Amino acid sequence: MRKKTKGMQVFAVVNYIFLTAIALTCLLPMLNLLAISFSASPAVSAGKVGLWPVNFTFESYEYMANKPEFFISLGVSGKRLLLGVPISMIVSVLAAYPLSRQNNEFKARKYYIWFFVVPMLFYGGLIPSYMVVRNTGLLDSIWALVLPCAINVFNIILLMNFFRSIPKEMEEAAAIDGAGHFSILLRIVLPVSAPVLATVLLFFIVNHWNAWFDGLIYMNTPANYPLQTYLQTQVVGQDLMASTTRDIRQIGNISDRTGKAAQVFLAAIPVLAVYPFLQKYFTTGIVMGSVKG
Amino acid sequence: MKTTVSDTGIPPGPRSVKKKRTAQWKRNLPLHFMILPAGILLLVYNYFPLIGNIMAFQKFRPNEGFFGSKWVGLDNFKYVFSLPDTPGVIWNTFFIAVMKLIAGIVIPVIVALLLNEMRSVRYKRVLQTVVYFPHFLSWVILSGIMIDILSPSQGIIGRAFTALGLEPVFFLGDAGVFPYSMVFTESWKEFGFGTIVYLAALTGIDPNLYEAAEIDGANRWKQTLNITLPGLMPTVVLMTILAMGNVLNAGFDQIFNLYSPQVYSTGDILDTFVYRLGMVDAQYSVATAVGLFKSVVSFTMLVISYAVAYKYTDYRVF
Repeated sequence: MRKKTKGMQVFAVVNYIFLTAIALTCLLPMLNLLAISFSASPAVSAGKVGLWPVNFTFESYEYMANKPEFFISLGVSGKRLLLGVPISMIVSVLAAYPLSRQNNEFKARKYYIWFFVVPMLFYGGLIPSYMVVRNTGLLDSIWALVLPCAINVFNIILLMNFFRSIPKEMEEAAAIDGAGHFSILLRIVLPVSAPVLATVLLFFIVNHWNAWFDGLIYMNTPANYPLQTYLQTQVVGQDLMASTTRDIRQIGNISDRTGKAAQVFLAAIPVLAVYPFLQKYFTTGIVMGSVKG
Repeated sequence: MKTTVSDTGIPPGPRSVKKKRTAQWKRNLPLHFMILPAGILLLVYNYFPLIGNIMAFQKFRPNEGFFGSKWVGLDNFKYVFSLPDTPGVIWNTFFIAVMKLIAGIVIPVIVALLLNEMRSVRYKRVLQTVVYFPHFLSWVILSGIMIDILSPSQGIIGRAFTALGLEPVFFLGDAGVFPYSMVFTESWKEFGFGTIVYLAALTGIDPNLYEAAEIDGANRWKQTLNITLPGLMPTVVLMTILAMGNVLNAGFDQIFNLYSPQVYSTGDILDTFVYRLGMVDAQYSVATAVGLFKSVVSFTMLVISYAVAYKYTDYRVF
């Protein structure tokens, strides 16, 4: 029934090209970075590297392999994930379940909701937050990267909305059989909540992996920096030039740019690798959070 | 279903109400325990800092603590507003934030509309996936990339400019260009997120409307203007409101990693200003004052935007 006018055909082609070009801009910078990391530094400095390495070499990665700081910070990030993600998940699920109960069932819910929503509206501020972390003795401890950011009210709301959509009959049946709230949570709610749990889990993992600022302000010794914080000091904060004499020979062969490119690329690999497979969870997460309103 | 006392129409007597209430209370006790961990964390790391803003009214010294430091009322605020940099910082924050807000709506809507016209569902999904990707990279990683590619002499974008015969542009070093670079790069990173939201919203528009319009002879463009855009309005309003609460943040992560002293005049925003005052200069009270000012303005803007949205579109977030 739809007549395809000449105009529409032209539009379709142009649209296709335009959107493809836009999508490419989202990919090409990564390719450029990858190419630089595998290129010899003279070529890089001369500006010859485009999307493909020039004078292919592993030297920037070798340089990096000899830099323990990168791996130490990787370890810190690993610790942070192993500690922080389970804690965040457990605390969030435990909070979302009560909030998902009906108002007439759980009278205190109204007050709890306000309690959780207010921090979304007001942010305490950088300095006061720093002071609190300091006064709770967490400075320079892995817990500073785990506890302050453990609660993400948006994620709790996501969980809560999903829990609310679970058919009441299932819970009522269990309640009649004498199940208390913990049982209902563990045996009924959680098993059917796999999609939202997966989504929230991924959000927590990505946030922990990408977090860099808390590492910068709460950690006083560089050995305690998580990966992104270490990267920040190397790539954005300082120059490679601040290294020991032992490296000078290698530095001669490595320009700033290749070394940085290698480190940045390595830090991006987990997200790059995991994203294509898990992106549907991220997408449903947003849709759940926004359209459902 | 069990009949409850209330079903019978006889008002419940005091004893049975009390029994019911205690029973419910006992039953719900685990719920309170469940919320407890989150509640405590929220209390300590979100509410205590709010109280800590009291530092803005004190001459805070770390060794004297909150209770020992001297009370100076509005002195810190007066000091900050007398600094020569402050008006510029406030202006930069608003300017960059508003531009990002607008770009953050317009670009995803346009891309979503264009994507929606695409026939191949498969390719549409591929494109969606690709444009959503930069959202997941941290600004540290992206800064590493951008500082490199935007370099006028060595980066591929910089070189592309010279290759095309254009003047080299210092995207990150030129104060005149810097705010626009910030808006552009942030849009690049985040438009995928908005596109997905709007694409989802587009599927919610009633197809019958389109059919009716087509019968009436409206072409695709007219349909877009009269059906699609109004159909998207609720989602746009929601996204705008959500963004409003965040507006004065203007992207600390991004600007902190991409700015430098030569672009402070146009690139310094409230958060970076607070950071330097507080964490670098250790002027805790002054930095807190600026932060508090920012929070109050943010909150006001949020309230205004809720009120405006409610009035004009009948839309309620909660």
